[in-house]
Amino acid sequence: MDVSESVITVESLTKRFSRVTALDDLTVDVPAGVVGLVGANGAGKSTLIKILLGLLPATSGRASVLGLDVATEGNRIREQVGYMPEHDVLPPDVSATELIVSLGRLSGLPKTAARERTADILRHVGLYEERYRPIGGYSTGMKQRVKLGQALVHDPRLVFLDEPTNGLDPAGRNDMLALIQRIGAEFGTAVLVTSHLLGELERIADHVVVIDGGRLMHSSSTAQVTGTRELLLVEVTEQAPALAAALTAAGAVAVLRGRMVEVEIGADSIYDLVRDQVVDLGVGLIRIEQRRHRIAEIFRAAGELPGSKDEAHAG
Amino acid sequence: MPDSPPPVPAGPGVIHDIGYRHYDGPRLGRAAIVGSMFWQSLRGAYGLGRTAKSKIMPIMLLVVMCIPALIIAAVVNGLHLKSLPLPYTRYAMVLQAVIAILVAAQSPQMVSRDLRFRLTSLYFSRPLRRHDYVLAKYAAMVCALLVLLLAPLVILYGGAVLAELPLGGETWRFLRGVAGAVVFALVLAGIGLLIAAFTPRRGIGVAAVIAVLLVTYSAVTVVQGIAVDQQKMMLAGYAGVFSPFTLVDGVQVWLLHASPSTAAGPPGTTGGLVFLAVTVALAAGSFGLLVLRYRKVSIS
Repeated sequence: MDVSESVITVESLTKRFSRVTALDDLTVDVPAGVVGLVGANGAGKSTLIKILLGLLPATSGRASVLGLDVATEGNRIREQVGYMPEHDVLPPDVSATELIVSLGRLSGLPKTAARERTADILRHVGLYEERYRPIGGYSTGMKQRVKLGQALVHDPRLVFLDEPTNGLDPAGRNDMLALIQRIGAEFGTAVLVTSHLLGELERIADHVVVIDGGRLMHSSSTAQVTGTRELLLVEVTEQAPALAAALTAAGAVAVLRGRMVEVEIGADSIYDLVRDQVVDLGVGLIRIEQRRHRIAEIFRAAGELPGSKDEAHAG
Repeated sequence: MPDSPPPVPAGPGVIHDIGYRHYDGPRLGRAAIVGSMFWQSLRGAYGLGRTAKSKIMPIMLLVVMCIPALIIAAVVNGLHLKSLPLPYTRYAMVLQAVIAILVAAQSPQMVSRDLRFRLTSLYFSRPLRRHDYVLAKYAAMVCALLVLLLAPLVILYGGAVLAELPLGGETWRFLRGVAGAVVFALVLAGIGLLIAAFTPRRGIGVAAVIAVLLVTYSAVTVVQGIAVDQQKMMLAGYAGVFSPFTLVDGVQVWLLHASPSTAAGPPGTTGGLVFLAVTVALAAGSFGLLVLRYRKVSIS
């Protein structure tokens, strides 16, 4: 798939419910690949997905998915996209295989194809012998995999994944994120994945769209945002402010972050500089860690971090 | 690179990753999708493709429904009777408790389960239109009821043919019984599904359906008894409109010339038309309300 091609186009989209405005004049182009849609709870993410699936009429504005108009061609869109809902949607009394075969048939797959695709997709999402057991006995991580599997069974060109890491422990979260990355890279399926956590999506997304209060705050490729500057995180036993000051005096760009100091890596000589300054101060060095700028820091700097606002808008 | 699998280190017992395969085969249209929903639901009503436990109730009801028919068929043949002791059109009225239990048990199975576990989110995000979902469910419930209603009629007819009762008259009466069964199925399926669609909790759905079907019947029977006792035949006749079973029985009496199973059938042509109109309104109204109900079901 051509990465530069837009899979979703949204133009001045507004959705008003009786008391709240869920989407407010939103205009954004979503490219192929893995795209993160980030916003606090109630920022309008789920409302946007419902409109893009052709299941909720917009108050004004236009949107198209895979070149199809959401207002008039909803059914054709739903033939070609997959949707993984945020909430628990699985019946406990059937097995993953039975459920996904029947859902595959509802997406228009013939019987044999539905069975083959179900076996394939369950293997890809990492469900093996347990796929014949009733879903009621599955762990949260396994249930999330079933939900992901049903969204992919009909080989969609685009999948909407609504908060796929919700309720997972850190290890399960990493597995799920790796799986999503694979869907984008290996399957060649376009992915729009939502999260209220910016940090987890920037690791796997090629592009991040941030919305808040139904408005676009930010849309850019992650490489563009996070690839600019490399940072060195220095943690010392004491006197972190003095270290920051000393590094700044020596010509480095250093910022104090609690007990740690963040230093921009301009040249390789920065490592020697940090070592020398730590030795000069006579403090203990706990760790030196290299990391990339996080998208969140850009918002933190601007005082507009998604997730910092808690008031609920329409879901 | 969607089609080239990345090299995976192979160890003992490791499943080789053969990479993702795209689907290039046919994608079926609306009829196949609705048909799939219909079959899945119809099979589910009799527990097919589900656990052994969920087969017990419907299969038992089907057996109970057929036993009297088998006995009648045996008696007709053994005693060389000249006609069936129980007309086809009265069979459903006599065994209405069995039918009511199936409607009460399987309507929630058919619709409340999808609402309760929010399976509707997975359905409606697919190319399955909401009114097509209602259509598939309604058709499946009607067919599930027809299996229950027609099986004993077929047994009775088989018994009658075997006993060499006059074939022409018997076939005509059997077909009228089939027509009556269709009306019963249309009305009962509509009522059952409509109640179940508003009660996501299965137990409440079961109780509500039983109450509507059997409590109204008892009430109508009591009112009719009192009315007949006081020579108020008009009141006795129209009272039948207020319970699903007596309503359909009234339609059978007026339209199919069946013998009434209640104290009084619909009074005259006006009465018959009223019964028919209420029946049509009930079936069509249930369907319409179901469509409206599902228009409001959100996907999240």
